[in-house]
Amino acid sequence: MPQMLEGSMALARAIALCRPQVVAAYPITPQTHIVENISKLVADGKLHCELVSVESEFSAASVALGAAAAGSRAYTASSSQGILLMSEVLYNIAGLRVPLVMTCANRAVGAPLSIWNDQQDSMAVRDAGWIQIYCADNQEAVDATIQAYRIAERTELPVMICVDGFVLTHTMEQIEMPSQEQVDGFLPPYCFARALNSAKPISIGTLVSPDFFSEVRHSHHQALLNAKAEIVSADEDWAKVSGRAGGGLLGVEGDPGAKVGLLSLGSVIGTLRDALNEYPEAGPAKLIKLRTFRPFPTEALLETCAGLTDLIVLERALSPGSGGIIGTEVRAAFAGVADAPRIHNFAVGLGGRDIPLNIFPRLMEAAKTASPIPFAIFDVNLEKLPESER
Amino acid sequence: MTTETISITDLRRTQPRFSGIESGHRACLGCGQALAARLVTESAGPDVMIANATGCLEVFTTPWPESAWRLPWMHSLFENAGAIASGMEAAMKAQGKHTKVIAMGGDGSTFDIGFQALSGMLERNHNVLYVCYDNEAYMNTGIQRSSSTPHAASTTTSPVGKERMGKRHLKKDIITIIAAHHVAYAATASVAYPSDLRKKVRRAMAVEGATFLQIHSPCPLGWGYNDALGIEVARLAVQTGLFPLIELERGELTGAMPLRHPTPVSAYLKMQQRFSHLFKDDPRALEELEHLQAIANHNIEIYRLRGDGIDALDSEGSDTVRRGGSRWA
Amino acid sequence: MAVQCYIEQVSNYRRRVGPVIEIRIHGRGGQGNVAAAYILASAAFEDSRFSQAFPSFGAERRGAPVTAFVRIADKPFSRRCQVIHPGYLIIQDEALLHVPGVTDGLLPGGGILVNSTRSSAELKEMTGLDMIAIPANALAKKILGRPVPNTALLAAFLTLTGMVSLDALVKGLGQRFKGEVLERNTRLVNEAAKMVPVGIWKEANHAANA
Repeated sequence: MPQMLEGSMALARAIALCRPQVVAAYPITPQTHIVENISKLVADGKLHCELVSVESEFSAASVALGAAAAGSRAYTASSSQGILLMSEVLYNIAGLRVPLVMTCANRAVGAPLSIWNDQQDSMAVRDAGWIQIYCADNQEAVDATIQAYRIAERTELPVMICVDGFVLTHTMEQIEMPSQEQVDGFLPPYCFARALNSAKPISIGTLVSPDFFSEVRHSHHQALLNAKAEIVSADEDWAKVSGRAGGGLLGVEGDPGAKVGLLSLGSVIGTLRDALNEYPEAGPAKLIKLRTFRPFPTEALLETCAGLTDLIVLERALSPGSGGIIGTEVRAAFAGVADAPRIHNFAVGLGGRDIPLNIFPRLMEAAKTASPIPFAIFDVNLEKLPESER
Repeated sequence: MTTETISITDLRRTQPRFSGIESGHRACLGCGQALAARLVTESAGPDVMIANATGCLEVFTTPWPESAWRLPWMHSLFENAGAIASGMEAAMKAQGKHTKVIAMGGDGSTFDIGFQALSGMLERNHNVLYVCYDNEAYMNTGIQRSSSTPHAASTTTSPVGKERMGKRHLKKDIITIIAAHHVAYAATASVAYPSDLRKKVRRAMAVEGATFLQIHSPCPLGWGYNDALGIEVARLAVQTGLFPLIELERGELTGAMPLRHPTPVSAYLKMQQRFSHLFKDDPRALEELEHLQAIANHNIEIYRLRGDGIDALDSEGSDTVRRGGSRWA
Repeated sequence: MAVQCYIEQVSNYRRRVGPVIEIRIHGRGGQGNVAAAYILASAAFEDSRFSQAFPSFGAERRGAPVTAFVRIADKPFSRRCQVIHPGYLIIQDEALLHVPGVTDGLLPGGGILVNSTRSSAELKEMTGLDMIAIPANALAKKILGRPVPNTALLAAFLTLTGMVSLDALVKGLGQRFKGEVLERNTRLVNEAAKMVPVGIWKEANHAANA
């Protein structure tokens, strides 16, 4: 039965359906409604878990880690400054290969201070060793969160579900919430082989000398690469239960014969999807939805883009002093590939700048240049800056 | 391959003196922290789970692929032992298990970088015993000053020179700050008084709620004394009044180890390199010695270490009872 | 290792979504215009239409201008951009009419509903724009006991446009309010509906297409 739900309420209910035993909560805009809704579910007896209201995001991630290591399914959420504050713990969780799921309600990272949506926060921790899945709408966020626990617990890798702050968290739209039976059938109880247990004591988090460090890192990297199969199968299996598929590693829609591809991730996909339909005169295009950013789906990307003449990579973050982040990784994927498309890379919607429908025809026009655009912030208006800062 | 399980009761029976930490670890000769950790884990027994902050203890006990721990143990980061322990405790509660969680950290992680997480853990009253091994500096990284470093002590970041006589600031009064959280039990202890230490561990373990132990743990390398003299140095710290052994319950002083004849601070200080500048021919040295003696005198006074009344000099008897503490043997 | 990716062949990829009605609600932080947007979207859902509602916040504090957007359509749509060309404006506080940009982008012939004690003629003289006003605060004060304008404005809006039934509005309110509060809000809906002419802003004229 579909219902109208605000994104953060849907997420809170999705978490509750996964039966977490420990939830660590620390508020930050725009994630706050998620933890508030979870608190209400606990207070009303609808969610039975230990809710730990911690004193900082750093502790939120640490409490979740301690709980997961001690054998309980755990959850936390954060955004922006909070993600950066807990970044040390995020690296720790992934390096310790502890299964955990968290929501990142994507928000710009200060300075300058901004409470609005872009993806600089999750991009900033892309090397922490987590699986990162980006959701195009709140239905995907609900489904991906449930799948995330299965992926995390099977791969022993933590999963970050990225949901655009405000644009998704505060948007009310039609959602089909799965039933408890569906989720119980899909997610077995938490099982972590290396959980701390006084009957079988082990030591987690030891010092590793140069003699072993490379091997440990290799195994982590390999685990992430191998996780691609698990991410795809979780989506396929959940589709059998719910009737909904998220796209696995990446999804493609639009004109199958199009030679221009538009690649992006997160909520902007929804706007682009409608734009493709509203501006047919801008030319046929394929819309490529990058769902999994870590591990980076190189093979799927190359397969999907075979035959394209142009690929426009649209992202919501950048690496100052270098250029695009996703654009750079996409280019790297095509290095040495014959007949690779021309790659145009744009950042857009930084700090919550609205992305209108007409961005599509404007992007298609921009891609007609003689040489592909290595990187630009597409919607910047240089008139707003003094000469010297342009 | 066969699997064997042993019940906790049988485990306790076959190992009358439970060894939570095995020998063969890589601690320095005479390490006070290693001794303290052994005493703590012996008294705590096998049904515990440990959250250990970064520092000497975790480094010397777990050089992968070896571990000295016979207990479920986890090291995460420097500043989150309090939060990791909180998460473990929440998991135990959620799973209906009674395994006690013990957080362990040095003074650096407890007084400084991990203080926030510790304060949060105390405020939420998680059923965790937090043990701070206080060796009064960031020893693992090479003897840098922490807020626990005593006044006038020399460290690599509070060295002695023309402009300075060691650490300018006072040793942070952590036990009072902990007690201000109104936890059920907070106490100081020393490796020089092992029976007292064991008693305090068992007392804390029995509390259902947050508890805290600050254990004075001498560091031969960092303090600069002959590694065989650790116990003597630690005993003098107590006997001068510079490291009083006290117990606080819900913020009230309920126990104190009395000093029948307090020793002058110089006896303690001159045993350690880190205070050697106080015994040089330097007008500032005398002033600093006076400062330190004043600190000791102040402790003796506020904690009534000389007691009052006939039975005052008895920390386990009537004076303790009179002050409202419970006798725990 | 074979890696699957999903290819959704939208066979009729050029299909248009169809008319999407776009509404912009202007208010101040604490006045509940975001709640109003959510209730309107819920009401549309109750009438089996597809809808979306979301806010655009200024600073996080009471009194700061807040804009909320609502989209209503008969077919699913997925755009999430802000509403630049609303077919309708609902203004929760007359003073907001003086804030630059509040009426920007309104489609020709678009409807403006204002919470005001002034008459349409007065407001036209003030702003140069046609608008319909209802004294929502006073009405709410009378029936709810608090000058919260949303319910009255939504009821008037739906009466003017006919895009969603008042029954559906009451169901939408029922998602948020229970018991006596719901009862009073229902009474308010009925009272406010009487204050405006029925159906003079039929949706056909104001559907937004891109």
